[in-house]
Amino acid sequence: MQLERADLLQIYYLMRLTRAVEDRTRTLFLQGRVVGGVYTGQGHEATSIGAAMTLRDGDIIVPQHRDLGMHLTRGGSPSAVMCQWLARGNSPTLGRDGTLHIGDMHHGIVPSISMLGESLPVACGVALTMKMRKRDTIVMAPCGDGATNTGPFHEGLNFASVQKLPIVFIIENNGYAYSTPTHKQFAIENLSDRAKAYGMPSEHVDGNDVTKVMDAVERAVKHTRSGKGPALVECKTFRVRGHSEADRADYVPPELREEWLRKDPIKRFEAYLEEKGLLPEAVKAEIEAKVKAVVDDAVSFAESSPAPDGATVADYVYAPDGPISIIGEPGATDPRYVNALDTRTGKPFNTVAEDASVTRFEAQEVGKR
Amino acid sequence: MTAVTYLEAIGQAMREEMRRDETVFLLGEDVGTYGGAFKVNVGLLEEFGPERVIDTPMAEAAIIGSAVGAAIMGMRPIAEMQFIDFITCGFDQIVNMASKFYWRSGIPAPMVIRGPSGGGVKGGPFHSLSPEAWFFHVPGIKVVVPSTTYDAKGLLKAAIRDNNPVLYLEHKLLYRMPELREELPGEDYIVPIGKAIIRRPGDDMTILTYGTMVHQSLKAAQTLEEEDDISAEVLDLRSLVPLDREAILESVKRTNKVLIVHEDTLTGGVGAELSAILAEDLFEYLDGPIMRVAAPDAPFPYAPPLEDAFLPNADKILVAARKLAAY
Repeated sequence: MQLERADLLQIYYLMRLTRAVEDRTRTLFLQGRVVGGVYTGQGHEATSIGAAMTLRDGDIIVPQHRDLGMHLTRGGSPSAVMCQWLARGNSPTLGRDGTLHIGDMHHGIVPSISMLGESLPVACGVALTMKMRKRDTIVMAPCGDGATNTGPFHEGLNFASVQKLPIVFIIENNGYAYSTPTHKQFAIENLSDRAKAYGMPSEHVDGNDVTKVMDAVERAVKHTRSGKGPALVECKTFRVRGHSEADRADYVPPELREEWLRKDPIKRFEAYLEEKGLLPEAVKAEIEAKVKAVVDDAVSFAESSPAPDGATVADYVYAPDGPISIIGEPGATDPRYVNALDTRTGKPFNTVAEDASVTRFEAQEVGKR
Repeated sequence: MTAVTYLEAIGQAMREEMRRDETVFLLGEDVGTYGGAFKVNVGLLEEFGPERVIDTPMAEAAIIGSAVGAAIMGMRPIAEMQFIDFITCGFDQIVNMASKFYWRSGIPAPMVIRGPSGGGVKGGPFHSLSPEAWFFHVPGIKVVVPSTTYDAKGLLKAAIRDNNPVLYLEHKLLYRMPELREELPGEDYIVPIGKAIIRRPGDDMTILTYGTMVHQSLKAAQTLEEEDDISAEVLDLRSLVPLDREAILESVKRTNKVLIVHEDTLTGGVGAELSAILAEDLFEYLDGPIMRVAAPDAPFPYAPPLEDAFLPNADKILVAARKLAAY
């Protein structure tokens, strides 16, 4: 994949932003300000961001709990994410749910649930709609190594293949499902082989090398977008933290973690950029300053946001009557449709940042060129 | 106009809704070429093609999950369970995915899950289920149970047009029952979800029931009038979620006695919740104990004498009603 310098810096910015949002979330957790569990994707940045970078307008992602990078790449709002962690009344779930279980269909993000694997059949339904409406858009559905052991994973892959659905499946094999290492989960070397059982092309790739991830996923996207049906890419990466921040992960051999920390995707990409002379100190400082400002803003926005009102606890269980638009079609956000706005609040969905510049980096220096 | 069966009414509802709204489509096992295990969908594939009448692999999580995915895109899928018993294989997609979607994200999931439920056809433990209590307990989904041909069509149309996941439980024993043949209105109509109906008015007690037990209750009420001079009102709930509390309370306030009848097993069934509502809201109106007739707390059996012993029927309802009337 040929990438312009601006794209490379954008990828680097998203990787740094993802890491920084999660680092700050962990700090908030340690300070007792996050009420529930914290799950991070540290080490997944190359996979999550690299995969999502291959998408274009109209495509839809079905990200899971370690896919903050995918959210941000598709315009996800760091403020919304912080409001989720801090259980605010204006979070995308209005405090009903935590973690990254957030989405906005109009911006192509499907919210997930904690039963991993269950999002894959849902992704099939999204892709089925695209097929029925004769679009050239695709769905990207990631899951972890653990989820590949569930029934819905296999039902989803099979259905997608039989129906020739436009889905790219990404397996983020990070070595562990909670404390269970891969050798206790499956008896094959490469999870990409699972696709063979469904007549689906697949490959596996170093999930900590963002350019390699993009090359492999780009091939899968090209196959799928051409109407040939689903494709799968296994990205081999590592979960550097515990399953959640409550998990010390002392079951991970220290030398194994050390080995993967040396393969940290951000450090590697940084070295790659520096070697090519694309990341001078000034630009790096500019990126760090922007990352810090965006994270600070997100945290202060969330901290100054109201808690949900307990009196609303039984609200919003059922959607109101009225016409429903088909997502992605002209006029779909006309307020006369029940699914145009978030009818719980009467406002637009707020998973995606209103100010797109939050997730876009444009170096001053590049601009001058 | 010719009288149609309950089964044909279901087919008509789907056909008319698919003609009216291009976002409506059907998916499930053997629903297309074969027309469904009970031939409910005969003719739909020919009229609407394989893109809107989708024969799926044998995979309920994929069927229901795909329906959820299409619904959040703004489509109105109908997911057919070949037998409603198999809904357990897609349970998570209903109770965790579909039911909570709007509540947690603001994104509506307008979809229907339907399939043949109930016993009386020697289906044994895995083809006779009345699954309503599991879903009755889950906030975020609606549950409807038609007992007549008119309602079978009208409730399905209402379910398809609803913006929430709706579980539509059709009873396989009623599919081709000759007594249920009915001439249906030529014009479009719906039966609103959440509205019960008095099938037989009465003064001495209310029989709260739904589904196929409506017919057994009506039979018992007829005998009560003829042999015991007892006037029993039969209230067909039609919709379990939301419940028509107003109609339930109004009836029982008048009759002061209540017998609850359902085909599903007793413990933790819909009748248990109805009993609690009545005990809380109408304590001072009740002139006798709230009584229930339901299947015993055992799995659904196969052999005819066991099935007969298991299923509630007019005779069992009669015994309970006479006991209640004696108070």
